[in-house]
Amino acid sequence: MTPLLAVDDLTVHFRIRRGFARRSADVVHAVDGVSFAIDHGHTLALVGESGSGKTTVAETVMQLTRATAGTVAFDGRDLTTLSGRERRALRQRVQIVFQDPYSSLDPRMTVHDLVAEPLRAHRRLSGRELERRILELLEMAGLGTQHLWRRPHEFSGGQCQRIAIARALALEPELVVLDEPTSALDVSVQARILVLLQELKERLGLAYLFIAHDLAVVESMADEAAVMYLGQIVERGPAAQVLRRPRHPYTAALLASVPSPDPDQRHGLKVLEGDVPSAVHPPAGCRFHPRCAFRMAVCETAAPEHRAIEGAGSRACHLPDETVFGLDGKPVGGPVG
Amino acid sequence: MSSAIPPAPGAPAPRAPAAGAAPAGAAPAGAPVGAGDLLRIAGLKVEFRSMRGVVKALDGVNLSVAPREILGLVGESGCGKSVTGFAVLGLLPRPIARYTDGEIVFRGEDLLGKSEHEMRALRGKVISMVFQDPLASLNPVFTVGEQISRVVRLHRGVSGGPAREMTREALAATGLPPTDEILQSYPHQLSGGMRQRACMAMAISCGSELLIADEPTTALDVTIQAQILKLLLRLREERGVAQVLITHNVGVAAQTCDRVAVMYAGTVVEQGPTARVMKHPYHPYTIALYECLPQGKRAAELHTIPGSVPDLIDPPPGCRYHPRCPRAMDVCTTVKPAPTPVAEGHWVSCHDVARRLAAPVHEVAP
Repeated sequence: MTPLLAVDDLTVHFRIRRGFARRSADVVHAVDGVSFAIDHGHTLALVGESGSGKTTVAETVMQLTRATAGTVAFDGRDLTTLSGRERRALRQRVQIVFQDPYSSLDPRMTVHDLVAEPLRAHRRLSGRELERRILELLEMAGLGTQHLWRRPHEFSGGQCQRIAIARALALEPELVVLDEPTSALDVSVQARILVLLQELKERLGLAYLFIAHDLAVVESMADEAAVMYLGQIVERGPAAQVLRRPRHPYTAALLASVPSPDPDQRHGLKVLEGDVPSAVHPPAGCRFHPRCAFRMAVCETAAPEHRAIEGAGSRACHLPDETVFGLDGKPVGGPVG
Repeated sequence: MSSAIPPAPGAPAPRAPAAGAAPAGAAPAGAPVGAGDLLRIAGLKVEFRSMRGVVKALDGVNLSVAPREILGLVGESGCGKSVTGFAVLGLLPRPIARYTDGEIVFRGEDLLGKSEHEMRALRGKVISMVFQDPLASLNPVFTVGEQISRVVRLHRGVSGGPAREMTREALAATGLPPTDEILQSYPHQLSGGMRQRACMAMAISCGSELLIADEPTTALDVTIQAQILKLLLRLREERGVAQVLITHNVGVAAQTCDRVAVMYAGTVVEQGPTARVMKHPYHPYTIALYECLPQGKRAAELHTIPGSVPDLIDPPPGCRYHPRCPRAMDVCTTVKPAPTPVAEGHWVSCHDVARRLAAPVHEVAP
């Protein structure tokens, strides 16, 4: 069976002009050879820090950014080569919810109009049928008739995110891209949005591409997880495996950096030295090698290929295949250490 | 009167205060305060005038910070944790902000009675603050070195070589290499983590005893956050800097703070040693906040808090949490609960907790 979304060897480079009369150009390697697939009704989380390229991947899936190379196939058809009309038709089946609902909702439109807009434009609904569908969508997102005629600024962040969700669901998409949907929210509000997203997924059979940096949120939402660093996926697999038994030193370091809410687990905040290098001049070999505690000579020259992990998933690292890390960032059972 | 009230679900069975704890009879009026505190906030009330009415932002905040101690102020947006931090430094805009009651005592001196001139001599010298967004709190048109040395020149009365030396020393203490390259860079040339280190260098350059860190890692990635938290701990170890760490992230507080105070809608609802408050929370809000955390749970099992944070122009009377509280009683709607000790140094402001604590005593008494 073809997956709902198949991203294959996706590369996105941005040219930035600089210097006198902007004659010289630098190339930002935002995404370099990223591949993953999402099945119907599944949630894949793309995890990474700022600058890792996860949002660029989301934008390319939405066709808001053009791919430099590689394919983005939705339901077996490559979005990057389709004609405008076909692409528009396919795009109705993929929707997105952004991080900051205040900037993604038009402040001059009422909730009614915000939700009506896609229905009018694509479904040509009007009159009673339109009103019925709007109420149905609002009810699905946990809002009601009392909210219909208000504007975004009258709502809290969590409620705005509900409006954005109602709007995204208007055209009955099969895939929803969630770009950090709860990062701007307080934990008690975040919990309610996560519960809502999970309910909607089960009720409507949605698939999610979930972009997040909060690993605890990812663990609660995702079926599968892919960890990105400097434009590349370093590890992917079932979420529980990636987040509980990481195989890549970067995944392990990321997990060990998360401050645990359990005060008994003060394993002294594992610290990864330095900053993420520039994507204009990414390091040679493995892009993580300058910060990696386990680097070897080969890491500085040869980029590691993705190798399958026994059972499920894959990892791009020169360490021996059997290396597994504990949640304190140290290898367990492997020959390294 | 005889049947003991069963403990609420999720809460451990309440225990009588330990023998050595503060006397239970002397609970109200700025209760959770120990002797020899560096900073003591008692009964602080702050209001803001706004177009819609008076915002009752702080409603009787009681806090204390001992020398070399890291106190976490934990709560969600709008709970008053940042206002509390700003109030200590006298940074709230007057006359829009009014301190209507209470006191802020630092090393035995009342800060609220001080003039702006006197406060200026304290800010950056004995009490410093770092903010969430380091790019916004650094001046974009001066180099980092210039900005740090300005603080040193002002407060230490030195210039030239000694000022440069102190600037380099402060930078080194925050883990930034004290090279000319760093000193001569402008804020936009540094990464987020480096900028926050530069802000901290400025904050500690004159030997501050108290650092108020307002969400210092919220704008940073998780690996950089870990570096900055480690730096906060090191500043305490090496320089004895006491800290008030304002954060919405329970994990950040759990990993760094000696004690935490949980705030809700302008009041401190629970305060005590980090391990006690987090492992044995008593207040219904603290318990609910913990259950909202996604750690190790599937999204469908997440607990949520009904309702939303109240509008502080018209806050609920009595306990401000009562409209959302599963354990609310009649008394909660009219009387503001006083801090009650539940264990040594662990205070909870909740009528239900106080009642359940009192119950076994009544059984024994007659």
